[in-house]
Amino acid sequence: MTSASEGTAGKSPRRISVDLKTLGPALALLLLCIIGFLLNPAFVSEGNLTNLLTRSAFIGIIAVGATFVITAGGIDLSVGSMAAAIAGVMIIVMDNAVETLGTGVPTVLLGCGVAIILGIGAGWINGVLTTKGKIEAFIVTLGTMGIYRSLVTYFADGGTLSLNFEVRGTYRPVYYDSFLGLPFPVWVFIAVAICGWLLLNRTAFGRYCTAIGSNEAVAKYSAINVDRIKTLTYIIQGLCVAFATIIYVPRLGSASASTGVLWELEAIAAVIIGGTVLKGGYGRIGGTILGALILTTIGNILNFTDMISNYLNGTMQGLIIIVAVFLQRSDWKLGKNKKS
Amino acid sequence: MLMKKTLGVMAVTGALAFAGSAIAQDKIKIGVSYPTPTHAWAAGMNWHAEQAEKRLEALYPDVDLILVNSPDPSAQASALEDLVSVHQIDALVVLPFESEPLTDPVLNVKKSGAWITVVDRGLSQPGIEDLYVAGNNPELGRVSAKYMKTRLKDGDNIVVLRGIPTVIDNERFDAFMEEIEGSGINVLDHKHANWNRDDGFEVMQDFLSRFPDIDAVWAQDDDIAIGVVAALKQAGRDGDGMFVVGGAGMKETIKSIMDGDTLIPVDVLYPPAMIATAMDATVAAFKSNGPVAGRYILGATLITPENAESYYFPESPF
Repeated sequence: MTSASEGTAGKSPRRISVDLKTLGPALALLLLCIIGFLLNPAFVSEGNLTNLLTRSAFIGIIAVGATFVITAGGIDLSVGSMAAAIAGVMIIVMDNAVETLGTGVPTVLLGCGVAIILGIGAGWINGVLTTKGKIEAFIVTLGTMGIYRSLVTYFADGGTLSLNFEVRGTYRPVYYDSFLGLPFPVWVFIAVAICGWLLLNRTAFGRYCTAIGSNEAVAKYSAINVDRIKTLTYIIQGLCVAFATIIYVPRLGSASASTGVLWELEAIAAVIIGGTVLKGGYGRIGGTILGALILTTIGNILNFTDMISNYLNGTMQGLIIIVAVFLQRSDWKLGKNKKS
Repeated sequence: MLMKKTLGVMAVTGALAFAGSAIAQDKIKIGVSYPTPTHAWAAGMNWHAEQAEKRLEALYPDVDLILVNSPDPSAQASALEDLVSVHQIDALVVLPFESEPLTDPVLNVKKSGAWITVVDRGLSQPGIEDLYVAGNNPELGRVSAKYMKTRLKDGDNIVVLRGIPTVIDNERFDAFMEEIEGSGINVLDHKHANWNRDDGFEVMQDFLSRFPDIDAVWAQDDDIAIGVVAALKQAGRDGDGMFVVGGAGMKETIKSIMDGDTLIPVDVLYPPAMIATAMDATVAAFKSNGPVAGRYILGATLITPENAESYYFPESPF
C-alpha cells in the first residue's frame, strides 16, 4: 500500500485513492502467489506457472466479453452452456468433414469457422431477445443456458462427443505448443485482452457501453443507439466464448454435458473481482484479467496443499472472492471519503 | 353414406382396441424406471436397458417391458404412479434418483402387489424390494488397490483422484486406503476431480508440478483417467512404467486395454449394464423355476487384456 502511494507521490490525493483501488486485485494476486510459494516452492516452477496461465485463458477470455455485457448493464448466464454447445457442434462438424477434407488443417479451420459463426449467432440471439424482445437479460440467458446445455446432451446422446483421433493430432498443438515460451492459449488470451482494453477504453463504443450501464434513459436521450450497442456487447461475448472454445477443444478433444459447467459464474466473479460494477456503468478489462488469474490461482493453491480438507475447497474459494471484492470496495469508499 | 362408413370404421377400430387390451391383460408387464441420461454412464445404462428390452421381448412374447426415464426425483415419483395406474405393472425395476424421496412412491407400487427390483441406489427403508441388484463400490476400491500392490513395491508413490464428494466416493476411497495400508506404498495426496475429464486434467497437472516422483495414479473413474493421461503426456511423464487405474468400464478404455495400452493397463468394472442384469433377473422371477428374491451384488471385475473383449460394447454410448 505505501509503495503504491510513493509511486504516485507527485500527484493529488484524489489520484492516489483511485490508484489504490485499481491496485487492489493486483495486490490480492500477489498475496496469493506468496502464499502459494510459502506452501510449496514448486508453485513458482515454470511448469506450474504456464499451467496456471493456460488454464486461466478459458475463463479469462470469456470474462473479457462479460466485462462488456456487465458494463453495459446486462448479464450473460449462458456462456458455460454456450461453450459446451459450440464445442459439441465443432466436434461433430470436424468429424463429419474428415471424409471430404481429410484430417489436416482445413478440417480444423472449418471447425474454428463454425465456432466463430455459432458464437456470434448465439450472442446475437441473446442480445436481440434482451433488447428487441424486451425480456430481462437474466431471464433470456437463463433460458438459453438451459437450451444450450440440453442441446449438447442431446448431440452427445447423453454421453461424450469425441474428436477423430487424427484430427486431434493436427489440432493438438493449438493447446499444447508454445511460442516464445508461452503456450498458444496464453497468446490468444493476451490478444483478446488487448483488443478488449482498446475497445472499452479508446473507442466511442466503449464509452457508449459505460454510458448505457450508468443510465440507460440518459444514454437514449443522448442519441446513443442503445439497442444496437447492447446487442453488440452480447455478440462480443459470444465471440469470446467461441475463442475460448477453439482453444478448449484441442485440450482433451471431447465435449459432454459436464463441459463448461459453472463457467458463467466464474466469468462473472472474475469481472467483479476485477473492479467492474455488477449493476453496470463502470468496467475494467485489466481488473478482469487479474480476477481470472486470481480464481485459477485459488484452485491451483488448493491442489498444492493438503492442509485444508477437500470438502472445504468451495469455502476457501468463496471466502477469497468475498475478501478480494471487500478490499476493493473499501478502497473505493476510502477514495470517496477523501474527496468529500 | 359417408356417415355409415365412418361409423363402421369406428366400430372396427373399437373392436380391435378391445381385442388388443384383452391380449395385453395376459402379458407380464414390467415397468423400468431410471433417471434421464445426462452423463455418459447413465447414457450407457439407457442403451443397455433398451438392448435388454428388445432381447427379452423377443425371447418371451408374453413379456412387455415399459422403459421410462425421468429428469428429477419428483418426475420419477409421478412416473411410478403412472406405471401402476395406466399400465398396471406386475413388476417394477427402479434405479432411484435419490433414495429418500423415492422410498414412499416405490412402497406404493409394492402395495399394488407388484414385484420390486431396486438397482444400484438402495431405498432408505429396508425390506421394500424383493430383489436388489447393485455394483460394489467398496470392492471397486479394494480391487484397484490389490492391482496397485501387484505392480508397485515398498516405498513407491501414488496419487489419488477422487470423484464428487458423495457416499459412493467415500466407500470406494475408504476401501482403497484400507487395502493399501501396510503395503509400504505412499499415497502422496488425494483430491476430488468430480468424475470429470477437465478436473482430472487440472488436478493431475498440479500433482505433477507438486510431486517430482509419482509411480502410479488411481483415478477411480475412466473419465478422470482420460484427463490424467492427457496431463501425463503433456508433462512427458507417461513413460518409466507409469500407469493409471480408472474404473467403470468405458468402451474407449476397454478398447485400449484390448489393444495392449501400457499407460492404462487395466480397468475395474462398475458397469452401467447392471440395469440389464436387473431386468433379466426380474423376468426370471416370473419365468424361472429357481428362486430369485434376494440381493445380487455384482463383482468389481478387474478387466485385463485377456478378458476385455467380453466387456466391450462398441455400439453403447459409454
